[in-house]
Order: sequence, then C-alpha cells, then structure tokens
Amino acid sequence: MDRYTEQRLFGLLARASAALILAVLVMVVGVTLWRGGRVFITDPAVMVTAPGSRYMLDGGGGFLHAVLGSIFIVVPATVVASILAISTAIFLQSDYSSERTSDVINMFLNVLWGTPPIVYGVFVLTIIIAAGAQTSLIFGTVAIAIFQYPIMTRYADEALRAAPDTVKEASYGLGATRFETARITVRAALPGVIAGIIMGFARGIGDAATVLFTAGRSTQMPGGPFDPATTLPILIFEQAASFNAEVRSHAYAASFVLIVAVLALVLASKLLAGRFARFAPGGRHS
Amino acid sequence: MGTTETPSEGANRLDRRLLLERLSSYWLVGAGFFAVALFGLIVLTLVQQSIPIVSEYSLFQMMTSSNWDPAADEFGFLPAIVGTIYVTILSMAMGTPLAILAAIYIAEYAEGRTKVLVSSFIDVLAAIPSVIFGLVGLIVVVPFVGDYLAPALGAHSIGLGIVTVSLVMAIIVTPFMISLSVESLEALPDELRESSLGVGATKWETIRTVLLRAAGPGIFSAILLGFGRVFGATIVPAMLIGGQTAIPDGPFDAGETLPTLIVNDFGELMSIPLTQSALILVGLTLLVVVWIFNFGAMLIRRRLQRRWQY
Repeated sequence: MDRYTEQRLFGLLARASAALILAVLVMVVGVTLWRGGRVFITDPAVMVTAPGSRYMLDGGGGFLHAVLGSIFIVVPATVVASILAISTAIFLQSDYSSERTSDVINMFLNVLWGTPPIVYGVFVLTIIIAAGAQTSLIFGTVAIAIFQYPIMTRYADEALRAAPDTVKEASYGLGATRFETARITVRAALPGVIAGIIMGFARGIGDAATVLFTAGRSTQMPGGPFDPATTLPILIFEQAASFNAEVRSHAYAASFVLIVAVLALVLASKLLAGRFARFAPGGRHS
Repeated sequence: MGTTETPSEGANRLDRRLLLERLSSYWLVGAGFFAVALFGLIVLTLVQQSIPIVSEYSLFQMMTSSNWDPAADEFGFLPAIVGTIYVTILSMAMGTPLAILAAIYIAEYAEGRTKVLVSSFIDVLAAIPSVIFGLVGLIVVVPFVGDYLAPALGAHSIGLGIVTVSLVMAIIVTPFMISLSVESLEALPDELRESSLGVGATKWETIRTVLLRAAGPGIFSAILLGFGRVFGATIVPAMLIGGQTAIPDGPFDAGETLPTLIVNDFGELMSIPLTQSALILVGLTLLVVVWIFNFGAMLIRRRLQRRWQY
C-alpha cells in the first residue's frame, strides 16, 4: 500500500469513527425520546401522579415519587457540594496553599474523581449500618454530594485558573484581603464556575449507583428527610426489564423526563457560561 | 463613604475585615483538606469493614474459588473477576481505537463550525446518564446481539451477556478518552506539524510518527483512566450482563462483574454480616484497582514525557 492510499484510508477511518460516535449519540437520544416520548405524550399525567399501592406489580398511578425524590435529593446535594467545591478550588489557588500542598490535594481529588460511584454507595451504606440508621433521602443526598464534589471542584479549579491574573493583582494592589480577593476572583471566573455547578447537577441527577443503596428505593411518595425515597435513575434501573409492560413503559417515560432534563442542563450550562461572561470583571465584553 | 468616616470607625471596619479574613481562611483550609479527609475516611471505613472476611478466608482462596454462595459461607470471587476482565478488555479493545481516531479527526481534520459542533456533541454524550445507555442497550443492543451478531459468529446468546455490555461500555468510555486525547493533541506546537510536512511526510505520516508520539503521554494516561472507568462501571453491566454466578464459557455468555456482584447481593447485605464484609471487600478492591490505574496514568505521563520529548 503506497503512502497516499494509506493517508486516504486513515483519513477516512478517522472521519468514520467520529461519524460512528455521533450516530450512536443520535441513536441513544432518538430511541429514548421516541420510546419514552410515545408513552409520555399519550399519558403525560404519569409524571405528576403518585404511585399506586402495588406500583411495582401493576404500574398503577405514576412516578411523581421518583421525580420529587430526584429533586429533593439532588438539589440540596448540589448546594452543599458546590459550596465545598468552590471553597476547595479557592484553597488550591496559590494564595492559601503552597504549590506542594495543592499538588498533593490535587492528586487525592483526581483519585476521588475516578472512583466508581458504586464505591461511594457502599461507603455511605456502611456508615448507615454502623450508625444503625435506615436508608433514607438524607443519606441519598450525602452520597450524591460526595459524588459531585470532585467533579465540581475540577470545573471550579479550571475556571479559577483561567481567570485573568490582572484581577487578582489589581485587588491586592488596592489593599484587599485574601478573602476579598478570592471573592473578586470567583466573580471573574463566574461563567466557568456556574457551568461547572450545572454540569455537576446534571451528573448527580443522572447517577444511579450512588443512590441505589443509600436512598432506600421506596415506591411511595417521599415523606421526609429520614424516610426512604427513590430517584428517576433508580426507577429506570429497576423497571426497565420488568415483565409487566405497564411498569416497563413507566421506565421509558421516566427516561424521557431524565434525558430532557439532562440535555436542558447541558444546554443551560453552555448558554449561561456565555451570558455571565458579560458581568465578570476582566471577562469578555460582548 | 470615606469622607464622613471617623478614625475609630475606620479601625472598626479594618478589624471586621481582618476577622472575616481569619475566619474564612480556617474554613478554606478545612475545605482544602476535605478531599484528603474524605479519601482517608472512605479507605479506613472500607478496610475496617472488610477485616472480618479477610481474617476468615485467605485472599488467595477467595480470588481463585469459583463458588459464590453466601448462604453456605462460600465466597469465590473468580467468576466476577473473570467477567470484569472480559468486559474491560473487550470494551477497551473496541473503544480505544475508536476514541483515538475520533480524537485525531477532531484535533487534526475538523475545522471551524464542524469542529465546535462535533466536540460539543461529544460533551453531550459524556453527560448522558448510564441508566439511559442501559435502557437503550436493552431496547437496541440486546436484540441485535441475540438475533444477529451471535448467530452470525456461530454462537448462541440470549442477548444479555458480556459482549452486549462491552459494546455499550465501548461507547460510554469514548467521550472521556476523546476529550483528554484532543486536549493533548491540541497542546502540541504547530512547528511540529509544519516541520514534518515540510520534510515531505504526508498528513497521516505526520500524525502517526510525530503527533501521536508527542501527544503519547497524554493519550496513554487517557487510555488508563478509561480502563478505570470501565472497571468500575456498575449500572450498565448490572442491566445487561444477565447475572450468572458461574464462570462464563465465552464472550457471548452471561456473567457478572465485581460491581454487579455488589448490586445483585444487596438484599443479603444487611442480613449476613460476613456477606456484608465480603461485598465491602469487593468495593475496596474496586477502589484500589482504580487507584492503581490513576496512579499509573500519572506515572506514565511523567516518564514518557521525559523520554518522548520533542
């Protein structure tokens, strides 16, 4: 094979690989929207109806419990995780820590970032058992927050690093304290930080392995923070292969709701990043 | 504000600012070390909880026994280990070339709007929850493997099994490996491309002999991190592997992986303390292996960077 044929062949292969991945993406989104959308459009009430008493057997009622469970678990988790993540990211900038310290902490963050979510689930469950508590909404929140923390920290750290140095220098030059400077820097990096929080939220709302053991897999409406709850991914996971067609169709409808939510969040993260850039000191002026 | 301020008010304000500075620095230092504390707490908890099983049975015995029956106090991890290795190797064998070629396309071939569009689609793919991949796998890949792929290769399959999981996982790991590889390809200086093309190499020869080598450390660590990803994947294997506790006969057979072992035996986790300990040991194993992959990725990156300097 002469070198020009080889060049054409591999150029083609590279294009084909990218095309294949995009085709799979379109297929995954398409199948979910089509199969779930059909169920959802014929009966949109499933999303806002409470489940019946024998929900897992006959699919009576709807999956409002999973929608509410997702919201009640992931929203507080995102708030807690983003506060922690932004604080950690500020610490990792040079003002509070030496380069050595932040290198070491970064190494641990990388390990946490790569840790399989199931390990967080097992960890939180172990703590639940040790504490003699029962699996409930609040522990689901804890597990999701732990899962989101390294993801959000990475985004926030990258955003703060990308903030212009002039902002920091100007702030110190005016006699501001480290904390005041950090606040200005976060404002300058706000687009990236917000985008990171939204991406963390999207990851949290879509993850099943962390909450599978910790939230309690309830098939009733969530009662309070110490009652068992369930989330959309758990519901899909448990009902996707059910023998009852009605129960299975609820998994499809739930996946429709979930993918629409995730796609909207990803889109919002990209758009908001652009919008906030206008208000950031030292940022783009558009 | 400054004009009407008496000296004592100014001093007060400074005191307040300094107090806030001190209090906030405690909080930030605490938050900084939270990552280390969290990691330590996870490792300590898992180690402490897996002591009962390790003191009862030898690690070697558990890893080489293929009999998993917690009710009869039999804890053999071999089927799950074999299943995990099968899934990891098959997914990576399919996913890695796909990811590297797609990364080459994005970094070297695509331009302008197409490039932005393709890379944002890759970002979207990375954000899709794995349950959705599992669900689509059940709808699309299971019938495909059961009715077409397995018969075409002369094997029998019910659709659920190791190949099904690997096909889906191969797609799930690509966006992650692509974005890391694209990053390291794009970080290369243009002079490399220019001088290689200038001495008469074709575009592909430039990519193969110069760019892939120069970006090698980054791409290698992306692959290792991808290994870690597949290794710890839980939801997709649990939905698609078919759950069988014997050693799989071939790639089309059903099986189990270490994470699905945890998921499937969750019901028993509370009731038998020794099972609980065994499953926590599995969790610890996952953590340690992923840690080795991550650490290896970092090490290789540093070593190769020195050796493959340009």
